[in-house]
Order: sequence, then C-alpha cells, then structure tokens
Amino acid sequence: MAETMEMAVNLDYEQKWGFSDPEQYVYKAEKGLSPEVVIALSRMKGEPDWMLDFRLKALSIFRAKPLPTWGADLSTIDFDEIYYYLRATERQGDTWEDVPEYIKNTFDRLGIPDAERKFLAGVSAQYESEVVYHSIREDLTKKGVIFLDTDTAFKEHPEFFKEYFGKVVPPADNKFAALNSAVWSGGSFIYVPPGVKVDIPLQAYFRINAKNMGQFERTLIICDEGSFVHYIEGCTAPVYSSDSLHSAVVEIIVKKDARCRYTTIQNWSNNVYNLVTKRTVAYQDAIMEWVDGNLGSKVTMKYPSVYLMEPGARGDILSVAFAGKGQHQDAGGKVVHAAPHTSSTIVSKSISKDGGRTTYRGLLKVYPGCDDVRSNVRCDALLLDEHSRSDTYPYIEIEEERVNIGHEASVSKVGEEQLFYLMSRGLSENEATTMIINGFIEPFTKELPMEYAVELNRLIALQMEGSVG
Amino acid sequence: MTTEVATKAALMIEDLRVAIEGKEILHGVDLAVRKGEVHALMGPNGSGKSTLASTLMGHPRYEITGGRVLLNGEDLAELSADERAKKGLFLAFQYPVAVPGVTMVNFLRLAVNGVRGQDVPVAQFRKQLLETMKLLSMDESFARRYVNEGFSGGEKKRAEILQMALLKPQVAVLDETDSGLDIDALKIVANGVNRLLGPDLGVLVITHYQRLLNYIQPHFVHVMVDGRIVRSGGSELALELEAEGYDGIAGKNGSGKEQ
Repeated sequence: MAETMEMAVNLDYEQKWGFSDPEQYVYKAEKGLSPEVVIALSRMKGEPDWMLDFRLKALSIFRAKPLPTWGADLSTIDFDEIYYYLRATERQGDTWEDVPEYIKNTFDRLGIPDAERKFLAGVSAQYESEVVYHSIREDLTKKGVIFLDTDTAFKEHPEFFKEYFGKVVPPADNKFAALNSAVWSGGSFIYVPPGVKVDIPLQAYFRINAKNMGQFERTLIICDEGSFVHYIEGCTAPVYSSDSLHSAVVEIIVKKDARCRYTTIQNWSNNVYNLVTKRTVAYQDAIMEWVDGNLGSKVTMKYPSVYLMEPGARGDILSVAFAGKGQHQDAGGKVVHAAPHTSSTIVSKSISKDGGRTTYRGLLKVYPGCDDVRSNVRCDALLLDEHSRSDTYPYIEIEEERVNIGHEASVSKVGEEQLFYLMSRGLSENEATTMIINGFIEPFTKELPMEYAVELNRLIALQMEGSVG
Repeated sequence: MTTEVATKAALMIEDLRVAIEGKEILHGVDLAVRKGEVHALMGPNGSGKSTLASTLMGHPRYEITGGRVLLNGEDLAELSADERAKKGLFLAFQYPVAVPGVTMVNFLRLAVNGVRGQDVPVAQFRKQLLETMKLLSMDESFARRYVNEGFSGGEKKRAEILQMALLKPQVAVLDETDSGLDIDALKIVANGVNRLLGPDLGVLVITHYQRLLNYIQPHFVHVMVDGRIVRSGGSELALELEAEGYDGIAGKNGSGKEQ
C-alpha cells in the first residue's frame, strides 16, 4: 500500500513539475572535467585571456581541495559523469516570439509568461547553461539599470567584472566555489545605479533539463549607493534517475544606503546536489535581505551570508528548508560583523518528513572592536514523524563584549491535538498537516510576493500528498 | 430505548464504553439527542464528560470498547474526525488549540469548504463571516488573527461558536463552553448559541456548573458520575443539582437508566 502511494506521488510530481523535454542541443561538451574542457568552454564563449586564466586557476584549486566532510554526505557525486557545459540554442531571444517552441512549452507549464505579465519587470529564464530569453522593462534601461545574463554582461560591461567578479566569493573560498569559477556559465547580472529604486522584482527562472547536467551559474549584483533592488530566483527541475549537480555562486555588493533583497525558492528534483555559495558585502547603512526557501534537491548545502563592513549595515537572513524522504537540507546563514553599530537577524524554519533530514548550520561572528552590535538568531524545526531528523549547529564567535546577541531554538512535532482540532472542522489529515506547516513557515511566506507565496503553499501541499499511511 | 427514538434521534449513544490506553473511562453510556432539543450533561471533574465529547468527535486516542454511536442512524466508529464533521457533527472544544501562522479567515474558509464539500464563493463567505462575527461582538480584525493564538478565554469560546455558526452542524457538542468566562463573555457566548438553536439542530451542552444553563435553557439534563449517567430529567434537575451538589445526586444512584 505504502509503495503504491509512493509511486502515485512520484508520478504526480513528474506530471506536474518533473516533465522533461527531449534533449535538443546545439553543442554538448564531453563528460567530465579537464583543462581541455575548460579551454574549449572559454573559447566557445569568446572570452578574454584573463577569464580563461581565472577559470584554469580555479580548476586547479578545485582539484587540490578535498571534499568537505563537515556537512551533508557528498561522497556519491561522480564528477566524471557530469557535463560541464551545454548550450541549448545558438542565440538568445530578445522577445518571447524568438524563444524556441519546445523551450516555450516548458516555460508555459511553469507559468512564466503569466508571471511576467502580472508584475515582473524582466524575465531572465535560464534553460540549461545559458540564458535564452531575456527582457527588461524599458524604463529600467532608461534609468541605467542593467539586467542581463552574466555571459552577455561580461561581454558588454567587462569593467564591472574586472572590479567585482570573484572578489566577494574568491575561487579558493571552498571546493564548489572553485568548481563554479572554473566552469561557470549563465546566471544573472544586475547593476543598479546610485539612487535608483527598482520598484518591481526582477526574476530569473532556473531549470536543469539534461541528464547528468551540471549547472554552474554565476550571479553578480551590484547595488550602487542609495539604490534598491529585489531579485527573485525560482527553480524547478525535471526528475531524472541519475544524479545532477547544481553549484552556483552568487556575489552581491550593496553600497552605502542601498538595499538588496534576494529571494529564492529552490525546488530541484530529488536527485540534484545543490551546493551553492551566496555572499554579500554590505557597506555603510546598507541593508541585505536573503529570503531563501529550499524544498527540493537530494542534498542542499547553502548558507547565504552577509559581511557587514561598515557602521549601520544590516543583514537579515530568513530561510525555510523542507526535507522529505531521502533528502538532506543542510542550510542556514552566516553573518560577519566586521564593523561597529551593525545589526543582523537570522530566522530559520525547517520541516522534516518521511525520514528527511534538516540541518541548521549558522555562523555569527563579531570581530574585536565592533561594539554596539545587535543580532538575533532563531531556528525552529518541525518534525512530521518519528523517522525524520533535525540538527542545529549555531556557531557563535564573539570577540567583543559590548554586544547584544539573542539566540533561540525550538524543535516541535505536529501535535495530535492540533490535527484533531483542524480535522474536527472538516479538514482531511493532509489538509490539516499542510495547514499547520503553512502556518509554521508563515513568517517566511509573508515576505514573498503573492504569486510566490501561493506557489510555495501549493508546492508544500504537493509534497504532502499521499504522505499519510 | 424504543425503535422510534432510535430512528428519530440525530445523535444516538448506546451502551458506550470507552478506554484510554487500556483504562476504561466510560462504562456504558446511553443518550439520545433529537434535532430541536438541548441536552445538558453535568457532572463533577473527572466523571468522563470530556471523554464523551472527544470520543463523539473521533479523537484517535479514545478507543470505543463497547456499544456504539449513531449520527442520523449511521455508526460513527470507523469515521475520522473530518468525516464526522462532514456528516454534521460539531464539537466546541473546552481548550481550543492554537495554530500559529494560520489566519482565522483562511482556516474558516477551508473548514466551511471542507464540511460543505464545495468551494463557497469568496464574496459570499466573507459576507457570512462578517455578519456572524458581528452577532458575536467580534471585531473584523479578528479574522486576520492567527487561530486561537494569544486569544483570551472569552475570545477562544466566541471563536468556537463562530465556527459552529458557519459550519451549521446538525448536532453540536459544547464542551465546557462556559469555563473561564466572566459573566459578560458568558452572555455573549450563550446568546450566540441561542441564535443557532432551532428545529434542525440538536445540542449537547457539557458543563460543570449550572450557571450556563441560566442562559441556555436545556430540555433535558443528565448527570454523569464515574463514567455513567446516573440521573436524567428535565431542566429542574439542574436546579436540584445546584442545591444538593453531585454527592447528593450520586447518593440517589441506581436510577441512572430510568427516564
């Protein structure tokens, strides 16, 4: 019985979210990673020598660094079985009409054109390793806002890359940042000029569609003084039988008085390793907000971080992780107070079910001399059954006395009394459990634009289907 | 019990025995509630009143070890709480639980849709909700608060009656709805219940004190002691209880099954 239900759920998932199109590729690199592959990739892209050097150095760092063993189990990744570069179409479409039909079909099922019509300023939808569709509202362009896929941005605005690329997250930061630096392709580039507030969220949709396909997008966001931008990244991926690797790097610079919000809803299929390095440096009176939701993937390791470099800077990290059967969500946040009068909050909510595992891993660091630092860390875990697991590793390193630090953690189970109460009002057990979960993550959901909040609740309802028995 | 009563009663409890973790709490309870009737079930703490309420609604921890419960002639034993709700049974909880992050309006809408088995149009639902809240002296902002979170005792009980009004049950069990209420809150809650009374609703009011029955007039009063109904009578029985106390009534035991 339980097995039948399981199959039904997978089938449902595949139909609703895991659909995949036949692979149609202009160019497909060989499997595995070597300097030759990196050189070929860089030549294909027509990159200058300094980027090729950057990539090759990163490759040697990647090869020299051991796999991290302090977090989730990564030992089953077979790096030789992965394609490191793939380009779905020869050229990018500027308008919806230019986008190839089979790719449109995929996007249609994800509802992208709808979302765009409703409220999006620009859509940058990543299909395989390169952005194929990109649009941006004209008035944004007039204001000097640059919103491009990273490859194009690199060609058209190399000056930003010389100044910022690889500076927030250097290749040597960790093994997967090195891997990304060696083979990066696609991603989003945003530059917001001084004083410009982008009043509508900018969004990109990421999607992996090929078997054993690694995706290594590279995102760079620069918020100049007094500017504001909200960038939304949402992911769904098809279901495949062999493991895929997704290893992104996101670098953000928030200058004086600027504010940046970065929202993610990650829903990779349950065979994807999602190993992402996201980091921001925030300067005087700047605000960085990470809103990070992880529902899918086999293993996620992701700790969005904020380095508060100057007085008045603030960092907020709000995250949700959902781990079902066979999933490990190792997520959290990292804030480094490198200046006095800085503040931060980390709120983490995690849900585990059917033997899924969530880990909160966070670092709060205050350097000596950084007085008047305020920080609050709160992590809540919800376990839906006896076989699921949640761990908390809240590292706190404070080297200054005059600080105000709060930390709270809780682990709870979906209560029998809550379920009975809701069911007595006509809700099925699934509906009741879903409602309790949606309530639990409400502090997260309420920070999302309406469409995304609805989508998140729907995804959770989908995850909950057939889980009883 | 005659067949006629059995067929007419909306809620029919026959020789019900209930155990929690192997320990029998109810030792054979008989009770029939017809539509249009208000029954009061009184008894001291620990007599099994709330056990009966939870069992009727289908709490998974309460095990029926003997007898049966019929709702409109249908045995409830195999039905889950949500199925019972859909068949017209309602329980106003003594201790309604909080569901953080879930707004009253979302909860109520899902509940109404669940019980009715169809999606009620949003505008129609909203109108109904606001009207009903007004009757219960509830501010509109109430709908945006999280279910029972940070509610005062009076707000919790009003919220229960609000749910009862929206779900329109055929049989409602009110478990200690008066507990924790001051006299003003009690009046509001009782008025709310009285507005819902009518020929299509049978009510079982469970209470420790006679006080509530000054405001909700029962047609029948039953006294439960140690898991059995030891006396049944008209509304005058409540007054007798008030005068003599449960010990006095229990002393006249043995007449439990007489009508």
